[in-house]
Order: sequence, then C-alpha cells, then structure tokens
Amino acid sequence: MLSRNDILQTLDMIDNRHLDIRTITMGISLLDCCDPDLDACCQKVYDKITRCAKDLVKVGEDIEKEFGIPIVNKRISVTPIAIVAGACQTDSYVKLAQTLDAAAKTCGVNFIGGFSALVQKGATEGDWKLIRSIPQALACTERVCASVNVASTKAGINMDAVAEMGRIVKKTAELTAEDSGLGCAKLVVFSNAVEDNPFMAGAFHGVGEAECVINVGVSGPGVVYHALQSVKGQPFDVVAETIKKTAFQITRMGQIVGMEASKRLGVPFGIVDLSLAPTPAVGDSVARILEEIGVDVCGTHGTTAALAMLNDAVKKGGVMASNHVGGLSGAFIPVSEDEGMIAAAESGTLALEKLEAMTCVCSVGLDMIAVPGETTASTISAIIADEAAIGMVNSKTTAVRIIPAVGKHIGDRVEMGGLLGSAPVMPVHAEGSERFTQRGGRIPAPLQSLRN
Amino acid sequence: MKAIVTVVGKDRVGIIATVCTQLANFNINVLDISQTVMDGYFTMIMVTEISQANAPIQELAGKMEAMGNDMGVSIRIQREDIFDAMHRI
Repeated sequence: MLSRNDILQTLDMIDNRHLDIRTITMGISLLDCCDPDLDACCQKVYDKITRCAKDLVKVGEDIEKEFGIPIVNKRISVTPIAIVAGACQTDSYVKLAQTLDAAAKTCGVNFIGGFSALVQKGATEGDWKLIRSIPQALACTERVCASVNVASTKAGINMDAVAEMGRIVKKTAELTAEDSGLGCAKLVVFSNAVEDNPFMAGAFHGVGEAECVINVGVSGPGVVYHALQSVKGQPFDVVAETIKKTAFQITRMGQIVGMEASKRLGVPFGIVDLSLAPTPAVGDSVARILEEIGVDVCGTHGTTAALAMLNDAVKKGGVMASNHVGGLSGAFIPVSEDEGMIAAAESGTLALEKLEAMTCVCSVGLDMIAVPGETTASTISAIIADEAAIGMVNSKTTAVRIIPAVGKHIGDRVEMGGLLGSAPVMPVHAEGSERFTQRGGRIPAPLQSLRN
Repeated sequence: MKAIVTVVGKDRVGIIATVCTQLANFNINVLDISQTVMDGYFTMIMVTEISQANAPIQELAGKMEAMGNDMGVSIRIQREDIFDAMHRI
C-alpha cells in the first residue's frame, strides 16, 4: 500500500521541484531510404519518418495526462544523413535537411536530430558533403539538429575534420547571426558519440540500432537540489546516498513512461538516459546543486570533485531503476541552459578552463558556450581538439557546442530563448593555435594500458 | 486499473461531497480515502478503481482539474503505477 507521504512527495516533486520527463525520443532508421536520386531519397525519408512517428506526440500527451507528469519534449532522431545520402548524386544535402524539417513539423516534434556524420577515423565523400552543407542547412531550417563525431578512443582524432569544423561553426554563426547564432546551438562536435542518445542537439539513431526505438531522457536537478537541503553539513557518504535515492526515483518514472510509450506505439523500448539535465528556470540548475554541496560559486576550487561525486551517484541510483540504461547518462553542464552556470560565468568564477576540467568527470562537454564573435576558426578548432582529447583518453563522450557570437564581446549576453536560455560571452585566449590546426592528419588512438 | 485522486487546497464546506458525486457520475468506485486538514489546508488522497469508468482517464483528469479550479482547490487523478514505480522496488 502506498503511504500518504509517498504520494504527496511525488506531487511536490512535480509541482515545486521541476520534476519532468525531459524527452521521449523516437529513433528511426533511414537505411532503407537510400536512393541515387536526391528527390526520391527525400520523399522516402519524409514518408518513413511521418509514418513511424505519426502518433508520437499524441501518445506522449496521453501519457502525460494519465500519469500527471509533464513530458517536456517529443523528438525524433534518425540515421546519420551522411550515410543515408551517400548514394545521392548531388553536391549538397541541404534539401535533405529541409525534408527532415518538414517531417518534424508534420509530426509536431520540436527537434529532429541526425543531420550527422561519423568521421572519427576518416571522412567519405558523403561525409564531407554533409559537413559542408551544415551552415546552410541549419540556417534554412528550424528544427533540424546536426552533429559530427570527430574522435574516438579506438580511432584517435581526425584533425582534418576538427580543422574543418572550426570553419563550419564560424560560418554557421555568421549565417544565423540575426538569430544570435542559433544555428550553433543546434550543432554538436563529438568525441565518442553514442548511438542511442535521446537528448538534442546531439541525438542520432546509430547504425547498430533497431528499425525504430523509443528512448527516454529524464531530468531532475531541482529534485536533487531539494533533497540535498535536508543533509546540510553531513559527510559526503550521506550526500552521495541521498543523491542515489533521488536518482532512483527520477529514473523509475522515466522507465515507466518509456515502457508505456513503447507499448502504445508498438515500438521496442531502447534506453533511459540518466542525465541530470538543467533548464534556465530558477530551481532547476546543476550549478546550484554543486553550490549546495559546498562550493560558494560553481567554478571555484572543489567544483570538479563535487561534480564527479554527483555524476557517479546519479548513475548508481539510476542504474538499478531501469532495465536498460544508455545514452549520455551523466550530469549536463550547458552554460546557457543553467541559471546557476550563467550566474557563475557572469561573475567570472566559471571560466572555460574550469569547464574543461569539469567535463573530464561528467557528461558531456563544453556545452552552449558563447565566445566573442572575433574568435578565429582555428581557435574554435583547437578548443574542439582539446575537448576531443579528453574524451578520447578517458573513454567517454565529450562534445563542443560553441557559439561565436557575431558582433559581441566579453561580458555581453546572447539570448537564445526557451530551453536554450541565454549565454554570457566568455573570454578565450588571444594567443592563436593556427599552426596546430593547420597540420591536419590524425592524432593516433591512445594506449589503453599504462594509464597515468 | 487503479488511480489516485488527490485534492489539495484551502478547506471549505462540501469538498468531499462534490468530488465523490463527480466520481460517481463517472462510474468510478472509491476504494480508500485518507483526509486531513492542517492549518485550514485540506489534503485528501483517494484510491479509486477506474476500470469501469465511462470516459478515458485523460478526459477525466481534465474535467476534475476544471472542477477543482471552480472550487479553488487542486484536483488530480493519476494512474497508480507512477507512484508505485517511484516508491517501490
């Protein structure tokens, strides 16, 4: 029998602590949509997505009402388009991006991910075409998200791709300058990208995945923050235990919603992603959890250790609550999407270097960071290379989602709106890395023994 | 299928009567009720059986919520599974 307290606790989490299901993401394989004719390929892609996902939003809304739990986003991820479009006789894949955008609108989802290429070891002709289509594709579509995997622990870092991505990020920012460089908020450069990530902008449906799956991303920084207020001043063992218990509850909710969605849509259930995903709303911040753990401002000394503990405890609590865990599964630290991170960056305590250190112990990487508009492509490439190296050496996913804010300088703010929030423009080093990025080639894969 | 009905808000005359009448209209059977008033704040939790209800739960949830708004209280009807999942291993 449920106790009165259990029921009221759940309601309190939903009403006052921003507990929600962040996303139900349907992964759809487009491998059967290949066609030498671009128009035919686009038609197949549109038909398949709108067929598979036609009930996704309705089912999501029904579950939301029945369980009384908000499901913030319903989304779609697809097979990396560079693979699907490899056979098309064309120089640009922009039309495919427009097709994805149209399919997303028809289905009523707010984002569709998978305008992607996997080039960690080398790039095919199709991969290069996709990469070069990204700026235009993101500028002329509303809901399409792009990602490029440039490194992995097994393959090393593709420095030719890293150099190109610096230029692509710059160009995307310029083409979407009127929207505060919004295109860059939909472009992720990965190391060790995962194939079942339900979170945007980096979601794509990997080639090792089934025809169609449902993945779920939960969220709950507010709930964790609140739980920690009851253990003020207590040792870390108690703090970790408290986070584990809370993560268990949050994840169970994701599990039941995912199972229900999968049953109703007749699509297998993939994974629950155990990430702690913040929003710009006050009370839904990962930075504030770190401050509750004991650092005065996020970014000061002690932040990395606090984050490492938080990240690990969330996973330990969540793993037992779900039969399949996957995706990125870790605390996110997107600067613009986290009210506490924004405050810490504006106060100058949280710098790019500290964020880089933090990404060594959590998911995902330098996320939603605005830098001055005059930052050069080679500096952006170098930032990407640094972050990719952290992922490669530590066998974890890392990513860079960076916005060179056109016409803005350190201290200005970039307004993205909605869940993307607003990002303070953060300083980068003025000293260049041109010779470093110009070398090209590949950084060899790291040794997996003698690990010091 | 069981559902949990929760009513939270400022106390007034007739909350239980109104809620129960509405549930009866929906052909929902009440299995258990727990209710308290603390500092004028009313909290009621009901366990109900909705298998024979004459409308789908999404629709019931909307109607109960609207009724709660009229009465100045928050009324929710949610499937029991969600609470079980969060609080039982």
